[in-house]
Amino acid sequence: MKMPTRFQITRLAILTLAATLLLLPYIYMVGFSLKPVDEIFAGGLSPLPREFAGIANYLGALEREPLLRYLANGVIVCAGILFFQLLFAVPCAYAMAKLRFPGRSLMLGIVLFGLLIPIQATSLPIYVGLAWTGLTDTYTALIVPFISSVFAVFLFYQFLRTIPDDLLDAARLDGCGEISIVVRIVLPLIMPAATAFGIFSVVSHWNDLFWPLVITRSPELNTPPLGILAFRSEEAGDSYGELMAGTAIITAPLVIAFLLAQRRFIEGISLGALKG
Amino acid sequence: MNTQSPSSLASERPSPAPSAAGVLKAPPHLASTFIGWSFVLPFLVALSVFVLAPTAAVIAISFTDWQLGRDTISFVGLENYRALLTARVPRISAANTIIYALMVTPLSVILGLWLAILIESSPMGRAFFRSACFLPVVSTTVAMAIVWEFLLHPTLGPVNSALLLFGLPAQRFLSDAALVLPTLAFIAIWENAGYTMVLFVAGLKSISAELYDAAAVDGADRPWERFWTVTFPLLGPTMVFVVIIMLLRSFRVFETVATLTGGGPRRASEVMLYTIYQEGFQFFQVGYASAITVVFVIFLLVLTLVNFRLMDRSVHYK
Repeated sequence: MKMPTRFQITRLAILTLAATLLLLPYIYMVGFSLKPVDEIFAGGLSPLPREFAGIANYLGALEREPLLRYLANGVIVCAGILFFQLLFAVPCAYAMAKLRFPGRSLMLGIVLFGLLIPIQATSLPIYVGLAWTGLTDTYTALIVPFISSVFAVFLFYQFLRTIPDDLLDAARLDGCGEISIVVRIVLPLIMPAATAFGIFSVVSHWNDLFWPLVITRSPELNTPPLGILAFRSEEAGDSYGELMAGTAIITAPLVIAFLLAQRRFIEGISLGALKG
Repeated sequence: MNTQSPSSLASERPSPAPSAAGVLKAPPHLASTFIGWSFVLPFLVALSVFVLAPTAAVIAISFTDWQLGRDTISFVGLENYRALLTARVPRISAANTIIYALMVTPLSVILGLWLAILIESSPMGRAFFRSACFLPVVSTTVAMAIVWEFLLHPTLGPVNSALLLFGLPAQRFLSDAALVLPTLAFIAIWENAGYTMVLFVAGLKSISAELYDAAAVDGADRPWERFWTVTFPLLGPTMVFVVIIMLLRSFRVFETVATLTGGGPRRASEVMLYTIYQEGFQFFQVGYASAITVVFVIFLLVLTLVNFRLMDRSVHYK
């Protein structure tokens, strides 16, 4: 298949144009985060600042709202969710894939059924339950509804089924108990699947607005999306430079993580498509 | 570690007796039942508390008139569902959600397919363009929505500056009832094109080069001909899968509405999840909101079931 070079040039030109259009919001976000107020109010198309006000905008943004605290909250909540998801899902998936016990096929049915239930179905009763136990507006409330991931069990189950039994039998012959098999053999084996799932889980919970909006009230518990909303409503419409600096700060962690591990992110998030 | 267990001794024997290995392979029945369930049980308990019980509860509550903060609760049968059919807001909300999904899905799918084919057609710059298109997918939607709000600002925004430059009138994209839904759909297409692109790339990779060669032998050697004779037919299953995924994603729109419009102006951007949020968590009409939730979830369920069936079928093709 020989491609004419004219095709190559057209392809590059079209793709460059498309990529520029898709990246335009980022270009403007960063550009305007470097502009002084009067320049923003002059309007106009150029994202480039004539006069550099970046330091003032970013320091101003950090001073106005505890954005770093919101990012830390995001880390706490996402890490907590992922930790418990793996803690519950890995042994469960291992048992379902590799151990024979009565009730195993029933478990498989329950997992498949669980895959059908979207998170939106459960939020009202969980809210009521947390309100009864006085747990709303806590880190616990932000983490706990997501700790049992059917999707994780399903993924790890599928993955572990492809692993030959010989490996596990060899470990048993060496005197490994089932718990140390999970820790020393299963965990390293499912690392690729766990990484992909982890990225999917972290990205979706970092970006989630619905549940944090419903369950928290205190500003100290703001997750990144809530934090940037608080920032916007607090500032009565004049310092757009600081607002853009704030959005840049809130967006930065995931964007940087993505740029460092692009292939893994794409893998992990497209894997999430299986869940719908 | 230092003490040698009988089983490790057994493994060091030059030729382990098959019977011994067989015994070790299948531990005693009672023990394996115990181990199996002790591994499954923690997950099962968490699942019951946070998924299964709440799902049952939301259905049960939907048949009551329960309001949070009120002591009385009574069974009202299908009253909430009847109210749902006659009330104005849920109807508008459902209609908006469907219109929104019908704008977002086809355009994201077509744009994603187009990008995927263009990116995959040559290795030059492939990784760069793939990542550039994917960046909106990983970015925090609320933050990017605020950036879009600024870009679309009636007086300061670059979009309106550009319109004026071309001699067109400035628009109030987010506060004009006729424009607000298409504007939100546009933001979603911007966000999702890279997502569908990646899913299509996976589909494209599974089409073997031999088929293109065969098509070339048969005289289909222009890119467009090859697309219609090879790519498009073989991408069929992927296409259906991506369409359903996008329908599911766009039915669940919430972030941009909550951030930018609050369902307004005059309910022109009221969508299902936002209605559930308001009725349930702001007005505390738990019974009524549960009924909306049940209807909404049935919506999603049907699509998910179709998707599962298709995935099952596509496994058989392999």
